[in-house]
This record gives sequence, C-alpha cells and structure tokens, in this order.
Amino acid sequence: MATRLSDLVRYLPARLRIEGTAKQTLETARHRLVITGILFALAFTIVALRLVDVTVLKDAGEPRLARAPKAELQMGRADIIDRNGVLLATSLATASLYANPKLVIDPADAAAKLARTLPGIDAKETAAKLASDRSFVWIKRNLTPRQQYEVNRLGIPGLFFQREEHRVYPHGVLTSHVVGFTNIDNRGLAGIEQYYDEWLLQSSEPLQLSIDIRVQHLLREELAASIDEFQAIGGAAMVLDLATGELLGMVSLPDFDANNPSQSPPENRFNRNTLGVYEPGSTFKIFNTAMALDYGVSTLATSYDATKPIHVSRFTISDYKGKNRWLSVAEIFMYSSNIGSVRMMLDVGRERQREFLDRFGFLKAPTIELPEVAAPLVPSPWRDVNAMTISFGHGISVTPLQLVVGTAAIVNGGILRPVTLIKRRGDEPIPGERVISARTSEQMRKLMRLVVEKGSGKSANVPGYLVGGKTGTAEKIVNGRYKKDSRISSFVGAFPMNAPRFLVYAMLDEPKGNKSTFGYATAGWVVAPMISRIVSRIAALYGIAPVDETEPAVRDQLLVNVAVR
Amino acid sequence: MIFARTDNSVLSRWWWTVDRWTLMAIGLIVAFGALLTMAATPAVAERLGLEPFYFVKRQLGLLPFALAMMLAVSMLSPREVRRLALVGFVISVVLLCLTFVIGAEIKGARRWINIAGFSLQPSEFVKPTFAVLAAWLFAQQRKQEGFPGDLIAIVLYLVVLGLLLRQPDVGMALVVSAVWFTQFFLAGLRLLWVVALGALGFASIVAAYFVFPHVASRINRFMDPNSGDTYQISTALEAFLNGGLFGRGPGEGTVKSVLPDAHADFVFAVAGEELGLIACLMIVGLFAFVVLRGFIRLLQEQNLFILLAVAGLLVQFGLQALVNMGSTLHLMPTKGMTLPFISYGGSSLLALSLGMGFMLALSRRRYGTGEVL
Repeated sequence: MATRLSDLVRYLPARLRIEGTAKQTLETARHRLVITGILFALAFTIVALRLVDVTVLKDAGEPRLARAPKAELQMGRADIIDRNGVLLATSLATASLYANPKLVIDPADAAAKLARTLPGIDAKETAAKLASDRSFVWIKRNLTPRQQYEVNRLGIPGLFFQREEHRVYPHGVLTSHVVGFTNIDNRGLAGIEQYYDEWLLQSSEPLQLSIDIRVQHLLREELAASIDEFQAIGGAAMVLDLATGELLGMVSLPDFDANNPSQSPPENRFNRNTLGVYEPGSTFKIFNTAMALDYGVSTLATSYDATKPIHVSRFTISDYKGKNRWLSVAEIFMYSSNIGSVRMMLDVGRERQREFLDRFGFLKAPTIELPEVAAPLVPSPWRDVNAMTISFGHGISVTPLQLVVGTAAIVNGGILRPVTLIKRRGDEPIPGERVISARTSEQMRKLMRLVVEKGSGKSANVPGYLVGGKTGTAEKIVNGRYKKDSRISSFVGAFPMNAPRFLVYAMLDEPKGNKSTFGYATAGWVVAPMISRIVSRIAALYGIAPVDETEPAVRDQLLVNVAVR
Repeated sequence: MIFARTDNSVLSRWWWTVDRWTLMAIGLIVAFGALLTMAATPAVAERLGLEPFYFVKRQLGLLPFALAMMLAVSMLSPREVRRLALVGFVISVVLLCLTFVIGAEIKGARRWINIAGFSLQPSEFVKPTFAVLAAWLFAQQRKQEGFPGDLIAIVLYLVVLGLLLRQPDVGMALVVSAVWFTQFFLAGLRLLWVVALGALGFASIVAAYFVFPHVASRINRFMDPNSGDTYQISTALEAFLNGGLFGRGPGEGTVKSVLPDAHADFVFAVAGEELGLIACLMIVGLFAFVVLRGFIRLLQEQNLFILLAVAGLLVQFGLQALVNMGSTLHLMPTKGMTLPFISYGGSSLLALSLGMGFMLALSRRRYGTGEVL
C-alpha cells in the first residue's frame, strides 16, 4: 500500500505533490498535537491534585505542627532530681525584654514607664540604652508572666520579648554545693550543673542524683545548729550508703542560694567536703590501726610503750590527756594515743605505710561527679618524721570526701567502692576492690564501737543503734604554722556497727567551746552530739529498728576481747 | 464592546476573529496577578528597605502598557507577526550578547541590561520571538523544497542555547529547548530522532547537574530533603496548609515576609496562603484552559506555520506555569521560573504580553485555504 502511494505521488504534478505531503505533515502535526495536549492535561491535573494534597489532605502536615513544640522542649536543659524523684533543678520558659531603639519614639518616657513597672530598672540608664542607635538592647532578662503582661500593657512601641529559659532550683540553698548553678545563658558554672553540662543540654531524661533531699535537709539543719551553738565559721557533713557508695547527703556551710548565687559572698561557694583539705587528726588513726592489724604486725592485744613522749629531730610527740603507761592497740585507739600510734607505725615501716594509704586513695585527688575537687597535700619526700606524724593524722591534709571514702572501706568488710552522687541502677553490679581483709574490717568495727561506747565519742551514741566512729581534732595551719584555738573538729562513724548501713561524717571549722562543753571545742564535745542527732533522725527516716544492745548475740558481735582499763 | 458584524474596521474585524474566551482567561490571570502583587510585594519591599509600594507601583504601572502591547500585537496579520518576531529575535540576541559586556551581575549571573533606567532581561524576549521564527523555519522546509529550514533552526537553537548557558540561565535554556523540541516534534521529526533528542535532553540535565553547582544542590535537596537547606520549600508547603480551602484573605499571609522570592518564584505559595485552595485551583484551571483550548482550536488549523508557532507559544506559557507551580508544590526541584502574568517582573510581563499577543494574532479565525503568508 505504501509503495503504491509513493508510486502514485511520483507521477503527480509538483505543486499537487507538495500539497499532498503538506496534508500529510499537517495530519502528523495534529496527531502529535493531541499527544502533547494530553501530556499537558495530565501535568495540570497532577499539579491540581498535589495542590489539594498539600492544602487539605496533607497528613504529613499535622505531625509537622505537632512536632515543633516538642523539638523546642528538647532544646531545654534537662531536670535534676533526687533519688526519690524530688525536683532539684528545672528549666522554666520565661520572656526576656529587649528593645529596638530605632523603633522607640520617646526613650525618656519609655524608660520612666519601665522603671515604674519593673524592679531593678534604672530610668536614666535605660533611657540612654533606648536612645542609642543600636537596633538591639537587652532591657531585662527573665520576666515573670505578670511582669510581661504589665510591660505589654504599657504599649510602648519597639519593645519585644525573647522566649528564654530560666533555671530554677526549688530547694535553693539546700543542694547548692551539689547541684551547683548555671549562668544566664543556661550553661553550668558549678557542681553537677557544670560536670554534666553537655549531658544536661542534650538529654531529654532528667538526671537522678543519689542525694536524698530529706537527708540533705536534716544534715543541714543539724550542722547549722551546731555551727550556731559553737560559733564555728563553717562546717561540713556527709552521709554515705555503705552498700553502694552513693552519697545520700552532702552539705557544706556557709552556702548560697543557687537561684541567685551572686548575692552571697564568693567564699560561700566553697564546698568544704571536696575542695577543703584539712589535717584529719585522730580520725586518721582508723587507717593507722587498720594498717597494723592488716599487715599482721599487731593484734588488738599487742601493747606499746606510751609512758613518755617521743622526741624526733626538733619535734616532741606527746598524748593529749596521756595515760603514761603501756597501752594495748585497743586502748591506743580508744584513748587516741599519739605515742602509741607512732610506735605501731614504726613496726609497719615507712614504705608500707605509704603504700597502704595510697591503696585508700589518700595520695591523689578523689574522683566524684563535681568539678570542685582538690588534691590532698602529701609530703614529698615521705621522710621518717612525716611517716610518724601521719600515723596520728598530722603532716598530711586530705579532703573530708577522701576520709569518708576510706572509712567506708574500713567498716564495710574491706571493699573500697567508688563514691558517687548519681543514683545507681538496681541491676548494675557495684564496682569495688578489696583493700583490707574482712577480719581486719570486723576488728575495726569493734574498735570504733568501743570509742563511742567508752572513749572520746560517747556523745555520738544513740541507744539501740550501735554507733561507732572516731573523733578528730586538729589545729588549723595558717601560713605554715599551727594556730592555737582554731581547730577542725570532726567525727567519722557508721551505724549500726554490727552490720553497718550508713556512714556519717561531720566537721566544724573553728568551733569555740561554751559553758555546756566546759570550754572544750574538741570533736568529742562539739561534733559527737551532732552525730547522735543525725543518726537518730536517719534511723527514724529509714525506719531502722533499734536492737537490744544487752542481747548476747549482739554483744558477741562487737565485744573487744581485750582488757581495757 | 459592541461591533456590528458589518463593521469592517480593524478593531471590529479583530473583535470578531480573535478568541475572546482565551482573552478573557488571560484577563483573569492578569487580575489574579495584580491582586497578588499588591498582597505579596509590600512585605518583600520592606525587607529590602524600599518603600512598601515600590514593587506595586512598578508592576501595576507597567501593566497597562503590557496589555496594550498584547492587544496591539494581536491585531497584526500573520505576516506582520513573523516580521516582528524576526526583528525582535535579532534585537534580543544582540542584547543577549551585550549582557556579557555591559550586563549587571545579580546573584552570580549576568542576565540584565540597563536601558534608559529600566533593567531588561533580553533572554525573556528570545523565548516568544524564537518560537515564531523556528515555527516558520520548520514550516518553510516542508513547504518549499530545497529550503534548509530545519538546519537553520538547529543552528539558531544551538546559538541561543550557548548564549543562555553562558549567562548562566539554565531555566530559560530548559524552556527554550522544550519549546523548540516540541515544535520539531510536531513538524514531523522522525521518531528515531525524537527518542535520540529526548535521550540527549536527559543527558544534558545530567550534565548540568555536574557542571553547574547550584543545579546540583537544588536537585540534591529535592531528592533528599535532609541533604541541605529546604527552608524555602517547607515554608512554601506550610503556607498552603495555613491557607486551607478559602485562604486567610488577601494581605493576611505570613510567608511573604519570610520567603525571599515571595513576589516572584514563590508567588504561588502566597496565593495558597492568602486566597486558599479554591482560588489556586482556579489559577491552575485558567492556565490549563488557555493551553488546552489553544491546542484544541489548532486541530482545525490548515497552516503548518501557524500551528507550530501557536503550539510553541502555548507550550512556553504552559510549561513556565507548570514548572513554577510544580516547584512551589515540591513536585520538582526548585527552578527560578516566573508564573506567567502573576509573578513580579517587568521583562517577564512584557515578553509574555508579546508572546500572548503573537498567539492571539496567529490564532484569530481566518477564512481561506491556509495561504496566509
């Protein structure tokens, strides 16, 4: 057919031929025009359908709107809560007032109105700000909703609000040294807030501390009362859960309001528990005694000559209220004999003493989730005379936290556990390493109970709760010299001593004796009574039942089988 | 307007032969455009530090001239249209070359030329004039034996393409290519060549992806919204969502104050927010009506030149509308292209008026065998 048509075309006159092909060309063009038209119709239909889709059917639209505020919330700094979920730090959305001075019509009038409405606004200063030719000035950060409403009611053009976050500490002073605080831009400047700054900014989960706000409260109350009673310049107190190494409370006084840290003097931000290094004094005899027992050089019954002071180079080591006789190890601990302690240490040896203290972490800065941590002051080189004074807690300065961590290992059966401010999850194993034998630990518990039962710590006793511990009173070193009448009086102890659950530490900085203490400012007089009150309140708080101390089974657990005169 | 059928004046003859339905549709599109110019441009002007009605004055001031030009051009005979297109094409190409010498560089491209206080974009005028010219060349090859129309059309196309890509103006090159290709296709290009040229076109887009970094980034962002800043497109989509069925009312929208191109490339989003779905569907419908009615009327056309020229002009018109709306609706990568008669832009408005004037003139009803030139 096609060939016949082309044959036919060849015989047509030229003009007709062109007309014929032109008709064919037009036919093709029309067919193809239809195709093009259909494509266009399809494309317009797709656009129309898509239009309906994005305008009214758009299911992706709804999550987009719903997601936006959630994303904003996630930008906020995470909360900090205590071990029972009590809120310690949270972020509130606030409005901050700023101005575009270029849009402010009457700066003086606007400033006067603002000064009348908002506290802490200086009319003159604000007028100068509003008259400047910048296009952004802060007027006041973090307004309350009422203040925002009132500023809006002023109707001043050129004022704007910036949505911001304001960190709030509902318990204010109570956790100031632990939780710390943030600056106006919500970055952590101290405490947990600084240590976990990045984490808090990124997390949507709250950070749960090991702190129990109730323990924190009672610690602060008792410490403040004692500071007040003995006119101390400050103090510190801690409670540790012996099973886990978690700190249930950590208080340092004086403290500050975390909501407004700049209102208090800078020294109030000093956390005595972790940043203060003090000579531990007699509390260090816990480690000296444990050392002698654990190395096997002494038993509780071994006796040492404490009849006369020890002279070493230009120092004289004597006893406070000395017995001037031979004393057993138990008596040396109970009466807190310096002479006896030195003699025990000499039996152990200088190198072994250093190694032993290193094992407990006394020679390096402690590890805890706070940026405010100080390194101990350790003699270097470790001479004989240093070793002798260190045996009774002088010539070395450590933080109270180190003392707490070390003592915990002494009484808990001999396991050194890392201390933490973060609540441990129930399912994770608690790390720890053995530093003394279980037997030494048991003997130390008996000795510490003895101190409270019959020695310098009697006032710490709470009937039925088997409190044990050790007192320590050290003169403060000021400019390299011991200063008379300015002491650090401290007590470190645990209860109940037959199966210890809590470790309690308290310290008073420069306490003064009063009538009730017959002028004494030693730990047995000023700190031990506070420990007693703390223990009884914690026992009530956690519902710990008292035991009958006269019961033979209990007596056997804590009996020191050495004659003590 | 009442003209007696017997009135033989130019105006009367024009009135009775021009396609009044298309004229009306274009008039409605222009009305929508004027409304949206008033709604969208004050916010943009304010952001640029101009007085609020700067763009409104410029655009609406130009509108009567543009419409007058369209009507005047629509009164021309096909022969006059061809001549005007040839002259216009030559001038445009010369100006296009001049942009490389005296052109002002805006956003990394030399597309503009300053003439008597007006900045002109010569490439806009290349589109309609080249469409008419190419149509004549293709038609003439098929009418007059030995006339190398296809070859000339190919050469001219390559020259125009080269100039546009040098600026660079990939969007414009794309439209010119699509129009030229459609005309060639309608003129009876053998299917083998259709497929080959289609493949070549696709290859060119791939090549543009690798040669022009901004093309690559736009395509990347379209394919994977997470790969870069999709602020514009997501804001545009939210605008449609905000608008709903009936819109927030003219002037009540918010996208125009955040989208940099709210008055030009993203004007459709402003329409979506302020006028709503129904008005937007009407706009789509008007564009579709002009294009499809034009095509249907062409099916009666006896003259190949007219068929090719009108089809080319309609393809240009429709394609620009589709690309603009499609990219605003996230159906394709964003491509800087104006929405005919609605987007802000003087050169675009004048060139479209010229093109639609050509289209109206050529599509007027004629009587006879189709010998029109």
